[in-house]
Amino acid sequence: MKALIQKLVETVGPSGYEEKVREVVRAEIEGWVDEMKVDALGNLIARKGTRTEGGMRIALSAHMDEIGVIATHVDENGFVRFTTIGGVSPRTCIGGRVQFLNGVRGVIYMESLESATALPTLDQLYIDVGASSRETCPVKVGDIAAFDRPFLDLGGRLVSKAMDDRISVAVMIQALKELTATPHELYFIFSTQEEVGLRGATTAAYGVDPELALAVDVTRTGDTPKGVKMEVALGKGPAIKVRDSGMLSDPRVVRWMVETAEKAGIPYQLEVLEGGTTDARAMQLTRAGVPAGCLSIPTRYIHSPSEMVDYQDVQLSVRLLVALLSAPVTLK
Amino acid sequence: MTEIKDFLKTLISLPGLSGYEEPVREVISREWQPLVDELSVSRLGSLHALKRGISPEPRPRILLAAHMDAIGMMVTRITPEGLIAFTEVGGLDPRILPAQPVRVFGKEPLRGVIVQPSDRLLPPSQKGKPVEMKHLLIDTGLPAEEVRRLVKIGDPVAFDTEPLELPDELICGHTLDNRASVAALTVCLQTLRRATHDWDVYAVATAQEEETLGGGLTSPFEIRPTLAIAIDVTFAKGPGVNDYRGKTLDGGVVLGWGPQSHPRVFDDLKALAEHLDIPFEIEVYPRASGTDAYAMQIVAEGIPTMVVSIPLRYMHTPVEVVSLNDIRRVGRLLAEYILRLTPEDVQKITWEEA
Amino acid sequence: MSPATSAPQIGENQIALLEKLSNACAVSGDEAQVRRIVLEEIKPFADDLRVDALGNVLAVRKARTPGALRVMVDAHMDEVGFMIVEDDKDGLFRFVAVGGIDERTLPGKKVLVGSENVPGIIGAKPIHLAEEGETERKIPLESLRIDVGLKGGKKVRVGDRATFATRFWQSGVALFGKALDDRLGVATLIELFKNPPENIELLAAFTVQEEIGLRGARPAAYAFNPQLAVALDSTPANDLPVWDGSENIFYNTRLGGGPALYVADSATLSDPRLVRHFAQTGEQMGIPFQFRQPGGGGTNAGAIHRVREGVPSLSVSVPGRYAHTAVMLARLDDWQNTLALVYHALSRLEPGILQR
Repeated sequence: MKALIQKLVETVGPSGYEEKVREVVRAEIEGWVDEMKVDALGNLIARKGTRTEGGMRIALSAHMDEIGVIATHVDENGFVRFTTIGGVSPRTCIGGRVQFLNGVRGVIYMESLESATALPTLDQLYIDVGASSRETCPVKVGDIAAFDRPFLDLGGRLVSKAMDDRISVAVMIQALKELTATPHELYFIFSTQEEVGLRGATTAAYGVDPELALAVDVTRTGDTPKGVKMEVALGKGPAIKVRDSGMLSDPRVVRWMVETAEKAGIPYQLEVLEGGTTDARAMQLTRAGVPAGCLSIPTRYIHSPSEMVDYQDVQLSVRLLVALLSAPVTLK
Repeated sequence: MTEIKDFLKTLISLPGLSGYEEPVREVISREWQPLVDELSVSRLGSLHALKRGISPEPRPRILLAAHMDAIGMMVTRITPEGLIAFTEVGGLDPRILPAQPVRVFGKEPLRGVIVQPSDRLLPPSQKGKPVEMKHLLIDTGLPAEEVRRLVKIGDPVAFDTEPLELPDELICGHTLDNRASVAALTVCLQTLRRATHDWDVYAVATAQEEETLGGGLTSPFEIRPTLAIAIDVTFAKGPGVNDYRGKTLDGGVVLGWGPQSHPRVFDDLKALAEHLDIPFEIEVYPRASGTDAYAMQIVAEGIPTMVVSIPLRYMHTPVEVVSLNDIRRVGRLLAEYILRLTPEDVQKITWEEA
Repeated sequence: MSPATSAPQIGENQIALLEKLSNACAVSGDEAQVRRIVLEEIKPFADDLRVDALGNVLAVRKARTPGALRVMVDAHMDEVGFMIVEDDKDGLFRFVAVGGIDERTLPGKKVLVGSENVPGIIGAKPIHLAEEGETERKIPLESLRIDVGLKGGKKVRVGDRATFATRFWQSGVALFGKALDDRLGVATLIELFKNPPENIELLAAFTVQEEIGLRGARPAAYAFNPQLAVALDSTPANDLPVWDGSENIFYNTRLGGGPALYVADSATLSDPRLVRHFAQTGEQMGIPFQFRQPGGGGTNAGAIHRVREGVPSLSVSVPGRYAHTAVMLARLDDWQNTLALVYHALSRLEPGILQR
């Protein structure tokens, strides 16, 4: 599974420009699903299974897009000013590298600041692509780039940009391959534009019209030196979301996930995330409402170019997802 | 038929945090059962009650929405000592929390109190200041292992204030936002009980208003009403509320005027209140009403909406105050409005030039 | 080429219509005055016409060819303004802003209040009485009042909307007026509706409540269920010089630069296929256009593209200076080029554009 993860995280696909990721996913799942389509917003929606006794129409969503930047201006000396796509913090940008969709690479640096301890604002940052004039700069206004950082395998822990949320894309791909039998009509949604406001999942969920929905996404941890206080840690298994700042998971869905994990002997953690939300919110609020929850993969340093996950958590997430989808569901 | 005061006191003694409305939904369901033709629960957890009208199909539908969910808290962490850290659900001012009795809904309900650690136990920046929510703790007084056995991350926490009656039909307690409106909606259904009306009436106790306006977004999608009215509470004049945003406690029905109030429906309700001698005030909201109407208006192809409110003091504290008279007035006005609705009124709820 | 391939022109009649639209008062939530003009203008041309629950005007012009793309084009009727919230007696009224208004631009302006356009003013304290240092501080909105005259209060009610009383004027290629955001879009859409590209089914949405959260466009798009959408709006030209003479890198758009195509704003990532199509149309037809600097802000495309199963969308704006103040400035040539670009880009649309 590591090879798949590496391929996914190293593919460039900022929000709205997920095409290359979509092609990787499509090639991976071809033959493993019953039907595939791409909707108006670029979501890849794959159906697997038909509904039998006790089955439901279930939507699962992991987003293909990653955070990135977009050029707003090229100055007379060829420096590129930019704004963000999704939640990019200036402090993770300085000295970082980006890759534009047309292949151009560049480094981010900043204007000189008033004090050595100050953090730059976004307006004070620029990308240097090695050009020396506006005319010769290979980047123009509106061009889009993703952060550039190679995949790092630390053995038990994996590090990369775009772990959020390619790790979940990998988990979903792996789960749909391992899933041999299901009573459900499953829709695996590889969604777009999550980082800019759950936009892809909003329209995909409307189209699928599910009776039950699960997002697969990353969540923060509280296990780093003087970090946020939060009872989720790497290496303790997948997290079952109870709430985040955009959604209250349906308590019946939480119960189903907890009971399934306990029955299958899969360690899990309960998650209350203060800050951020996932595709589950969009799916919960579509049409006349959908019971929704989220399986979260504990991840350190989210939205930095070095997001870290625990490989065992990842494998356990696949197991939990397979367990959840293999048997009939009764929400209670 | 339950006396509305007793019903309201029951309502505000029940938990029902956003997303966890089941306990209060069951009680409302029992109360409404004899008053309506059909009851169902939406996928999101809103309670839908239908009282059928008598005009020929396709029959116009009015949806009356009062959210039943409550603000509160949720467990985020348990310290090694067995103290409970929490986060808010809905908007809470951390300054009202210290020394507040609460109930933690773990394996069994546990009583506890919110405590602020003393200055010496907090970062120096907190000294003498209101303590931030992330530093506040719930103390159940139980041994750590007992707390760990009974409580887990994500358990809901509710205020534990008992209802209090104040002279002249005032009720005080937590969650009067918006159980007061659920009570008003109940008065409306009680008033309609033996009456016939042309329109179908959908009384909806919505879920998750305080967090996502979830019920307001989803229930109308299912019901597709001709007209939808949100019933909610609004600020009553009193300590901290002195300008145009405050209405009068026990001053009557508050009719909302703003972008989520359809002019024809507003005019009709106002004229009816005048005709029936039901006291009312007008509340203007320039942009967003902050109620389910904000969500309901833009569902599907769009729905004409209106906002009717009950004045309430000390919103989002455990000692909210409303007047039972206002609750009865709102219930009565809505019932009288429904009794007067005819199939032809559908054509009236339009825009001036159309 | 058939005559239908030449874009409609902006002439005296079109400018007169823009003047009428600009002078009309239609604060978000109370768009009656503009709606009336729109209905009057488009009624004779519409194959289907209705006003929905929120007050959106939804009008259809059927295609002349079968299998045509159903394209929604949106322009919002509403403008920023005020709502009267309290009667202070003697013709003085407290008000709050509806939509984003910089309160520093308010003192000393004339306004119109309510459906009868009652004249009023927003006054200011005489400088003689200003205290030490006071002129360096903002005059807070809470201390401003709309004054309709000692006896004028009878015609004004709490809840009435008010907006600037600016009368439109033209000075060469310069167009001055209030609410050009988005009456320029409304005027453009009316012209398109009267002279539609024949290859598409034109679903025209004149929408309400854009300035308070893109609210009208969502139900409008739901009702139309279009295959793709274009939002016509106005966007700031922030192309004034920087105080220290340095390069202006936050111009957003430039006056005279032609229609602004959006790649990204806070509400939408435009569909790349549509961005490409519009840009190519401009290049091939020799119509000047510019890319709006990606960044904040949002148009109705933000609501439209998320409706139902998704609608590939693009925003095209006429650049304008000083939006959301009493006087806005736009250029005739930018308007003409916007109309031309949109017309030609829509005329050249083929269903194949939506294939992946």
